[in-house]
Amino acid sequence: MYTYDTYDHAMLADRIAEFRDQVERRLDGRLTEDQFKPLRLMNGVYLQLHAYMLRVAIPYGTMNSAQMRTLAGIARDYDRGYGHFTTRQNLQYNWPALVDIPDILDRLAAVEMHAIQTSGNCIRNVTADPFAGAAADELEDGRPWAEIVRQWSSFHPEFTFLPRKFKIAVNGATADRAGIRVHDIGLQVVKNDAGETGFEVWVGGGQGRTPRLGQLIKPFLAPEDLLSYLTACLRVYNQHGRRDNLYKARIKILVEALGAEEYGRQVEDEWAAIREGELKLPVEEIARIRAFFGKPQSPTPAPVPVTENSAFARWLDRNRRDHSVEGLSSLVISLKPIGGTPGDITDAQMDAVADLAERHAFDEIRATPDQNLILPHVRNDALEAVWTGLVDAGLAIANAGLATDIVACPGLDYCNLANARSIPIAQAISNLLDETGLSEKAGDVTIKIDGCINACGHHHVAHIGVLGVDKRGEEFYQITLGGAFGVDAAIGSIIGKGLAGEDVPAAIARTLETYLDIRAGNERFIDTLRRVGPDAFKEAIYAEA
Amino acid sequence: MKTVTANRLTDGRVIYRTANGDWTTDLADAARLDSDQADVVLGLASTENRIAVGAYLIELADDLPGGQKWRREGIRLAGPTTGSTHTAAVA
Repeated sequence: MYTYDTYDHAMLADRIAEFRDQVERRLDGRLTEDQFKPLRLMNGVYLQLHAYMLRVAIPYGTMNSAQMRTLAGIARDYDRGYGHFTTRQNLQYNWPALVDIPDILDRLAAVEMHAIQTSGNCIRNVTADPFAGAAADELEDGRPWAEIVRQWSSFHPEFTFLPRKFKIAVNGATADRAGIRVHDIGLQVVKNDAGETGFEVWVGGGQGRTPRLGQLIKPFLAPEDLLSYLTACLRVYNQHGRRDNLYKARIKILVEALGAEEYGRQVEDEWAAIREGELKLPVEEIARIRAFFGKPQSPTPAPVPVTENSAFARWLDRNRRDHSVEGLSSLVISLKPIGGTPGDITDAQMDAVADLAERHAFDEIRATPDQNLILPHVRNDALEAVWTGLVDAGLAIANAGLATDIVACPGLDYCNLANARSIPIAQAISNLLDETGLSEKAGDVTIKIDGCINACGHHHVAHIGVLGVDKRGEEFYQITLGGAFGVDAAIGSIIGKGLAGEDVPAAIARTLETYLDIRAGNERFIDTLRRVGPDAFKEAIYAEA
Repeated sequence: MKTVTANRLTDGRVIYRTANGDWTTDLADAARLDSDQADVVLGLASTENRIAVGAYLIELADDLPGGQKWRREGIRLAGPTTGSTHTAAVA
């Protein structure tokens, strides 16, 4: 993974010193809250319902064991003994005190981490396929490109005050595990007929109040032109984005208003003026960044073990993924215990994952958009040792990709923006689907829950989405069906009126029972849904509501 | 009745304004204000920038958060309703 140089360290030290001074001035009254708020947000510090929240950037979801141990230590020393992984491959602390945050940032900086640009109307943490560098279906590791974009966008003076926040995703595999069509810009690594690497550029995707799928404006962008083209994209947005209306300020609204073709034409005009300038990426620089992202080898490749231990076998079946290198596997560490809080992990569990990564997984850990963790490179002869370690840590949960692998935003239990709770709904659904065995029987199903229309929990792109709304002080939940996150990305359809929270788990159980009744052969839930349409499930959802 | 709430500047914790102008984390000690008093006290509270962030009025019913925001304010008062799920994750 990328290692900071002296400039990176110096920039971070300067920024923390600056923020420490800003906090001191806020505490002694020299700064008002109105003056301080944009400064703290630029450093990832929000004020939520009960406390401050610190959002730590995990660039393209990649961490090493030292970083994970530091995250654990911060949870232990400054928070309440846990952290929360988000759908944007970040980690949030829900309870830090403002007075401690400069010290927390020092601890993060010591392991080359920070919280910069995890908020504000700037280019946010770049996300990527969490299996990058490991996936069997990969064209190329997307992380070097994500790192190049990260370096270009960090403290970028022209793009610090955009009309609205801006999210970029990079995907290097044939399957889209980064969600490139639901980002402001999605970069899909492709090969042209000559076998050269380049990018498809998708623009104008996003969720929230106005969910839209990104549109392809550039079928092949040469890698050396990546930064000049992104600059052109951002400049057109920066100039024409709707700063007058918060709800219309994202690039998706601009792309829709202009039309993708016209937006793309304006980008081409802008690009023509800067393409051959200083933003052209030198081949040597691309090679230098690529060198940070090597692929481990397994010197004596072993097969995936065949075991008579049913729990281990079940976990391998659900949580192991094929690796591009013979003798290695990738492992999903589910952070979705039955009835638990999606994405939460204790300090002790973080330490345990760090130990396992260091001992058995080439010192690499990833955070996923599904609020899970991944050990991307594990030797097959170490799979049982890793599983045993995860069992000891309470993390050997064999439900990756199942209906109990639920994604949920923090919702009204934590978030200042939320209208309704998400986590208790996730917990109740998880408990019911586990008790009834439906989670196992239904196979691959995504359920994602949001407590407001901002959609941090990605309900729009779930097979079964749940959106909490408030009606005169009461929580109701709208169900959407048919969304998808990936190459077949789709926005789910709202099925009908909202349900009371206590009715949601049974409605989802009936939906899965209906699927099991009508599926053709081994058809997946989403395929049945696409074949019969969402209305076929309406009766099940409202049967006893 | 109403009372004034905010988040404490130093650590963000939920606080309420007392009748004598102090701040407390205990709703039981918060001032009970009628409509006429409420705006005046909110105005005073809003100047206490070094102690309290984002002061606003909430409705009370039977000495607990009431009105349309009863659930939100109830969660602010009592904490997340999710239980100790971070410890559940270990179980």
